Amino acid sequence: MEYFVQQLINGVTLGSIYGLIAIGYTMVYGIIGMINFAHGDIFMVGAFLALIAFLVLVALGVSAVPLALFIVLLVSMALTALYGWTVERIAYRPLRHSFRLAPLISAIGISIVLQNYVQVAQGARVKPLPPLVHGGYTLFEGNDFAVRLSHIQIIVVVTTLVLMAAFSFLVARTRLGRNMRACEQDLKMAALVGIDVDRTISLTFVIGAALAAVAGLMFLLYYGVVDFFIGFLAGVKAFTAAVLGGIGSLPGAMIGGILIGLIETMWSAYFSIEYKDVAAFAILIIVLIFLPTGILGRPEVEKV
Amino acid sequence: MPNDVEPAHPRLGAFAAAKEAALAALVAFGLFALMVGIRTEQGPTGALIFTTRFALLAEIVAAVFVGRFLWALIRRNANISIGRFVPTSAKTAVLGIAPYAAAAFLAFALIVPIIFYGNRYLLDLCILIVTYTMLGFGLNIVVGLAGLLDLGYVAFYAVGAYSYALIAQHFGLSFWICLPLAGILAAFAGMLLGFPVLRLRGDYLAIVTLGFGEIIRLILLNWQDLTGGPNGIPGIPRPSFFGLPFNSSEHGFAATFGLSYSPTHRIVFLYYLILALALITNWVTLRLRRLPIGRAWEALREDEIACRALGVNTTTTKLTAFAMGAMFGGFAGAFFATRQGFISPESFTFAESAFVLAIVVLGGMGSQLGVAVAATAMVGGFELFREFDQYRMLVFGAAMVAIVIYRPRGLVATRTPSVWLREHKDIPAVIVRDARTETPA
Amino acid sequence: MSAPPILTVEHLTMRFGGLVAVSDLSFCARVKEITALIGPNGAGKTTLFNCVTGFYKPTVGRLRLDHPHDNASFLLERLPGFRIARDARVARTFQNVRLFAGMTALENLLVAQHNPLMVASGYTVLALFGSPTYARAQFRAIDKARYWLERVGLADRADDPAGVLPYGAQRRLEIARAMCTDPVLLCLDEPAAGLNNRESAELNAFLRALRDEHGISILLIEHDMGVVMEISDHIVVLDYGVKIADGAAHDVRNNPSVIAAYLGVADEELAQTEAEVGL
Repeated sequence: MEYFVQQLINGVTLGSIYGLIAIGYTMVYGIIGMINFAHGDIFMVGAFLALIAFLVLVALGVSAVPLALFIVLLVSMALTALYGWTVERIAYRPLRHSFRLAPLISAIGISIVLQNYVQVAQGARVKPLPPLVHGGYTLFEGNDFAVRLSHIQIIVVVTTLVLMAAFSFLVARTRLGRNMRACEQDLKMAALVGIDVDRTISLTFVIGAALAAVAGLMFLLYYGVVDFFIGFLAGVKAFTAAVLGGIGSLPGAMIGGILIGLIETMWSAYFSIEYKDVAAFAILIIVLIFLPTGILGRPEVEKV
Repeated sequence: MPNDVEPAHPRLGAFAAAKEAALAALVAFGLFALMVGIRTEQGPTGALIFTTRFALLAEIVAAVFVGRFLWALIRRNANISIGRFVPTSAKTAVLGIAPYAAAAFLAFALIVPIIFYGNRYLLDLCILIVTYTMLGFGLNIVVGLAGLLDLGYVAFYAVGAYSYALIAQHFGLSFWICLPLAGILAAFAGMLLGFPVLRLRGDYLAIVTLGFGEIIRLILLNWQDLTGGPNGIPGIPRPSFFGLPFNSSEHGFAATFGLSYSPTHRIVFLYYLILALALITNWVTLRLRRLPIGRAWEALREDEIACRALGVNTTTTKLTAFAMGAMFGGFAGAFFATRQGFISPESFTFAESAFVLAIVVLGGMGSQLGVAVAATAMVGGFELFREFDQYRMLVFGAAMVAIVIYRPRGLVATRTPSVWLREHKDIPAVIVRDARTETPA
Repeated sequence: MSAPPILTVEHLTMRFGGLVAVSDLSFCARVKEITALIGPNGAGKTTLFNCVTGFYKPTVGRLRLDHPHDNASFLLERLPGFRIARDARVARTFQNVRLFAGMTALENLLVAQHNPLMVASGYTVLALFGSPTYARAQFRAIDKARYWLERVGLADRADDPAGVLPYGAQRRLEIARAMCTDPVLLCLDEPAAGLNNRESAELNAFLRALRDEHGISILLIEHDMGVVMEISDHIVVLDYGVKIADGAAHDVRNNPSVIAAYLGVADEELAQTEAEVGL
């Protein structure tokens, strides 16, 4: 029982990170119908930028952890957003009116570029970071097992919840959110009624990248180690999460993320750690057989 | 903003160009400041330390500034597009020689081992190119003809390779028996993948196929008893020339044909083997295109709803596409296994699926010649970039992006009809539908 | 004496969540007759079509198709979409033309003959190596395609991609393609949309010829009253998913409910009209 609760906590934490990345996928897909294959690598870049920023801050003498975290958060969000913006301008915008597969190939190319760019710039070895946030709480004990909730786990989940709330507010109540929803419904019409479609799309990418940066920072703090390859697997799982939750749906992305995180954690804990990724994909396939548009996806009524 | 109507006003042009360049340089600075400017390393204690590379950073930012400045100036003062450098007559000439190009390509492919006989490296490269061409042909059926976005094609390659390896090792059957068996098993895998995705829209289909590819790879990696896990399967029987082994013994190939033994014999045989397999795949695909099933695949790609309204069983059509594509992937996998003598899950990553997909898309959807040219260009190009060392993949990715932006429909921009009444008119690619990522509207 | 029914719609209701698109609709389309479905936009006509041709599964109701020649009977609401075209031999065209744009006109018509060709090709296996049976079947198929292309006046455009044809030609091609499936019931969704007077007259002649020479029963949705009144043997009028009239052209034309539904009624006259209509 205690073990189960611990896995639950761990799973939700991991799932929150996936959820943050999944939001980026689902937003971009919703607005221009494109699978942004490079999004996972944007997350990886964000993690690396956070790492480097930390090192620089420490060297500059900033030693108070909360202050350092705050600065790193802002810096990595800003710079990762810049990467997201640049990628969209260079690789996706010229293909916006092209046929569907071209942006996908472009995204795959960018994914390769980003991975190798980081590999060349920072070396191929893993980069460890000493744990910055220590401690936690012991929730309860029993059966020789102590259920611990660490501070970093709290930070991850709380940050995710705050961002989700802020983001939902953005989409539902602000003009930008309205523009995004309009573009999602009908891009041509949105342009015709005077919405700056280019800017809206750019901002969508920028926000997605910023959220991925937060996920990157959380990942760095939680796992303490990054390398240039984490983007691929995290990206695929986050995309799986977005599809599972129903692509185009924001709460779906989060739910999908949490589900994937839980599946992965539970499977490694109770069955086998090697097949945890298989479990996630298999669950996706099974869910899609019965719910072809995902859990919260809008049910398709074909307009014939 | 029209940039060719106003008379060139050097002063204003330069100023505006400079502003553009400054902005670009600022963006470059933001992008590269931390990632390039700072280099992290594991220090003596194991903790991370860093060194600065500000000189390199400054160089890069300066280069961006200068490059963007020049580009902006040129763009403002001369109406330039890349296409204008190529005279129209050359363009039409290129289009005109397309059918001859295919024949020339084939002729060249046939004599490659003769030309490059002494160069083991080039022969291996050509084998690799033809292997990827065959994979491209196989995926072309699924993505190019039927319009089903398959991101996990490597799974069938892997199933073919491992099936071949296991059957050949455990049952000791010859290559010619194991090859079709491997293909059949791969076709089964294709149908297995096909079932759950029948009702899925393009993007969901994509992620499920990707998941499938990963599942196969993970199973291969972890089911140690069957597949040897990360160590793979060594000692796969090498091919023989219809029973004559390629060794220096008196029963060997060389001795039987009165030649002095050379390891190149086996390589040449392998080359012709994969070439034959690729040509068979090509021939079958071209035949199928003219048969009702091939037309049904293309109709499926164009409009699935109309297909159903015409009585086409879209379920079996999709499953057949997956199965056929998978079968050819399986054949290629079997070849791969026998050529290497050793296989491991490392050869069957998502990167392979992406690579083959890029070949199909960059070649031009549904076009066999396009696939062959694209495979040659990409595999060959990849080898050429070898001098770039660690920058090779980086350059490769950038090249992929550049090519797809320049020619989004691929190299071959036309579709050839499968049947005609009076005249054989090629259809420009812009009208032809592609593998969609959303529901048919 | 009226002809036997070919399509019998019984108590059809189609609900999308809370929206009722078609409500308790019953009517009969007869063999070798042209039955027109008319009504204001949103009346549920295309929804009905989609139920008949298997794109929607009706919430309630039955759709029976009776073949005129061999007494075969099909419950359309139970058949998967493609089987309605293949076995029940119901063909349709679409409101927004759905051609295979990247394929030539001829290829479009050959796809329509997919099923007989598949059988003749031995489900591909035999034909892969060149079978004379298949060659003959393909020949016949091309002949049939050529025939229908000539009937709709597109024989000279057989090798052009369907996507570049002008709108009117695309509509005609869609009908030709539907005819290549050898249907017993042809469902046409607004075939006259976007056609001028001359083209409408040609369409009328063509539909009559289909009925008279080929014995095809036709169910058509149409807004062009000229076409409807001119060629329909039988008209069914829908409004907000409910049938408000059903009969010969003359009767329907003078039916006050129909007039009210189409033209609307002035406020002063509302009470009077409602009394007339029986609300």
